[in-house]
Amino acid sequence: MADPIIRVEHLSKKFGTNEVLKDINFSVQPGEVISIIGVSGTGKSTLLRCINLLEQPTSGNIYYHGTDILSGHFDLAHYRAKVGMVFQSFNLFNNLTVLENCVVPQMKVLKRSREEAEKIAKDYLRKVGMVQYRNAKPSQISGGQKQRAAIARALSMDPEAILFDEPTSALDPELIGEVLDVMKNLAASGLTMLVVTHEMNFARDISNRVIFMESGEVVEDDTPEVIFGNPKVPRTREFLNRMLPKEE
Amino acid sequence: MPKTFWEWIPFLWKSYWPLLLKGAWTSLYLSFLGTSIGFIVGLLVAIVRTIPDPPKTKKVRYWVLKVVKAFLVAYIEVFRGTPLMVQAMVIYYGLMKFASLRLPLIVASMVIVGSNTGAYMAEIMRSGIISVDKGQTEAAVSLGMTHWQTMSSVILPQAIRNVLPSVGNEFVVNVKDTSVLNVIAVSELYFVGKSASGTYLKYFEVYTIVAVMYLIMTSTLSRILKHIEKKMDGPSEYEVLKEEEDENDG
Ligand SMILES: Nc1ncnc2c1ncn2[C@@H]1O[C@H](COP(=O)(O)OP(=O)(O)O)[C@@H](O)[C@H]1O
Ligand SMILES: [Mg+2]
Repeated sequence: MADPIIRVEHLSKKFGTNEVLKDINFSVQPGEVISIIGVSGTGKSTLLRCINLLEQPTSGNIYYHGTDILSGHFDLAHYRAKVGMVFQSFNLFNNLTVLENCVVPQMKVLKRSREEAEKIAKDYLRKVGMVQYRNAKPSQISGGQKQRAAIARALSMDPEAILFDEPTSALDPELIGEVLDVMKNLAASGLTMLVVTHEMNFARDISNRVIFMESGEVVEDDTPEVIFGNPKVPRTREFLNRMLPKEE
Repeated sequence: MPKTFWEWIPFLWKSYWPLLLKGAWTSLYLSFLGTSIGFIVGLLVAIVRTIPDPPKTKKVRYWVLKVVKAFLVAYIEVFRGTPLMVQAMVIYYGLMKFASLRLPLIVASMVIVGSNTGAYMAEIMRSGIISVDKGQTEAAVSLGMTHWQTMSSVILPQAIRNVLPSVGNEFVVNVKDTSVLNVIAVSELYFVGKSASGTYLKYFEVYTIVAVMYLIMTSTLSRILKHIEKKMDGPSEYEVLKEEEDENDG
């Protein structure tokens, strides 16, 4: 096996006495597109937030190319720049235009010059079909456009992997497609992605690995063919039966 | 000699207009400078007060920050909990007594109004910072931005925009409240009114003029500030650009 980008070992997270994540173990290989599925409140967001250290894990280890990110000396800013995050609620910077959203973090964190940052930002905005809207403020564009801009912002940092937390859940149904199309292209281009999603078609058709979580635990971790075709754990099957429309 | 109210008003205006206008100007620039100083003080206080607590393992940083924050809370309580007029007396005569410092009146006024406004601004700013959506901070942090980078590029611009109406309001309040500086003999508009009314003992007439002058200043100011707020929001429309415009757009 290649050197994994991220390896999660015995990860546990408690909010007070509520154990939200229990002994999570998995690793992310370069180029993998992993969907994380499961009902709400299962700890999917908390898992992504722990990986990005927006939440401090209670115990366990997270390794980035073999280095423990929880050890005090780790260069967190660099790590976060290299492992991007896309949020359900977009979280574009409201005071900045679409272009500036992609430019400012590059300049501040990666110390790129404005010219270089703008060029990179425009390239990625073009990739997600938002370059024409680069002078718009977030309040002036639709949800689907906001999420595409947020993806361009994450891409502008030249990340090794991007964590997506239900990127289409806050969108009107007619806007979901444009964001999924962008994500499909990213998956095809070889970007490493960890995607929490309720879009079962995305999980089945686009990802090459699916993790089913329940009550803070990884229940099953396998290829989409196995998870959707012939899951080994009955609870996975029960969940999918509820999520997928009945086949005729 | 004028007899009726309507004869006295133009008469008094003719005799005192240069003095009254000078007083009005003093009120205006004292409150502008005082509000500006207060804005900066309030901003700094709010920035310090919203620094997240460092982990308890970093003992020195933890306790220094705790002491500084406690001091700032005390500052805010004292200046919001006592009348401006009393603050003016205590600061002016206090400095004279203990530091044998006879500050020029203008400087003393700046210190007094700035400190007082700073305390109010600190609370206004803090609520402005807190009201910015938590997702903004999370996005910045997830991109690798530090606390200060996040504050300066993302949070403060939004916080300041959000509190701008309250900041403008403080300015307008200060135009009126600098009148208490007459207790340390600053010749702002109210003080000038006091001297002007003394000669002919026409208190009602002179203070009617003074009131109208205050009203003109505050209402004009409110309007100007509204306009500035609108300007600051930038254009309400954007152009959908063609890709080829890449090279020649600003
Ligand atoms: N900041 C928090 N404080 C306390 N409990 C939290 C916090 N964030 C999440 N939780 C709890 O953790 C559990 C998992 O939440 P989450 O990770 O958001 O689930 P999912 O993303 O799978 O819907 C939920 O029960 C939620 O109430
Ligand atoms: Mg969630």
